[in-house]
Amino acid sequence: MGPIMHQYHNIAKSQHINKVCRLIILLLILLMSPGLSWSKQAIPMAEDPEVEKRMLALTEDLRCLVCQNESIADSRADFSNDIRREIREQIQANKTDKEIIEFLVDRYGDFVLYNPPMKPTTILLWFGPLILFIVAVWSLIAYLRSRSRRVQIEEITLSEAQQKKAEALLNEENK
Amino acid sequence: MKYLMPLIAFMVLAIFLFAGLSLNPRQVPSPLIDKPAPEFELNHLHEPEKVFSSADNIGKVWLLNVWASWCVACRDEHPLLVQLANSGLVPVYGLNYKDEDTVAMQWLRQYGDPYEVSVVDAEGRVGINYGVYGVPETYVIDKQGIIRHKQIGPVTVKSMEDTIIPLIIELQRQT
Repeated sequence: MGPIMHQYHNIAKSQHINKVCRLIILLLILLMSPGLSWSKQAIPMAEDPEVEKRMLALTEDLRCLVCQNESIADSRADFSNDIRREIREQIQANKTDKEIIEFLVDRYGDFVLYNPPMKPTTILLWFGPLILFIVAVWSLIAYLRSRSRRVQIEEITLSEAQQKKAEALLNEENK
Repeated sequence: MKYLMPLIAFMVLAIFLFAGLSLNPRQVPSPLIDKPAPEFELNHLHEPEKVFSSADNIGKVWLLNVWASWCVACRDEHPLLVQLANSGLVPVYGLNYKDEDTVAMQWLRQYGDPYEVSVVDAEGRVGINYGVYGVPETYVIDKQGIIRHKQIGPVTVKSMEDTIIPLIIELQRQT
């Protein structure tokens, strides 16, 4: 086998490795896709589906304080397990949703709520986006107006000599 | 002038973002400050037949330290707690949070035991009442049984010297 053949052999081999690599990557992507993953769900205390349903509805709007970007309903953290247990027990003790939320806010503060209450400290949070939107629309309108005014002025200030020159140029192009 | 508005907008944004850098999203203000410490009765860690009641501590300033053997940050603050307990300034009580008794006792043998009493909160129920979400946490409770300060995360030399110790001395002076 000459050196050239040897080289070909190597290329073929590396192509083969490439293929295998691609297959592995494809498999990994498939494994990671949400539909196919076998991630563990929380073990539900499924004695009473009604309780479970109410508990889930409540915890969807509560923030897990340990893993702050997850709701307590989604979180697998120990903290969330405890809170879910607490809420289940309170539902079984015939507490209303409002009482349960109050219980948690008393202990963890408004921060557990994904829906912050309207309070003096949260006014900016509630109306800030609206104010920003109004300012943005107002400045857009102001800009568009000043631009159209500028364009009008420029049209008017085209002098006669310039007008003739422009026409001449256009005519030349049409020939 | 043309660049003034974008510059101002950028400056405002930069100031907000810069301020955001120094905020700690884990530092959630506790709604329990200046509220009565939730009462509890729990068994001692070392003598399980004995019950400790938080009401027994009315009339003295005390620290409640939430700890666990599985908590890595607890190891960081532990020497400081031992030092504080040895100084005799204030009694330190331990809430052994969601832990196993034998492992917890082994842990105390290894790292030292600063606690007047450690009580067992194996299921974390008292922890929920105290709004615990990150161990270690330390509460300063005054003579009337009101929570005066909550340290989330390990106590440090700085937080001891700047906040906790001056606060304890001040609270002890009050009747």
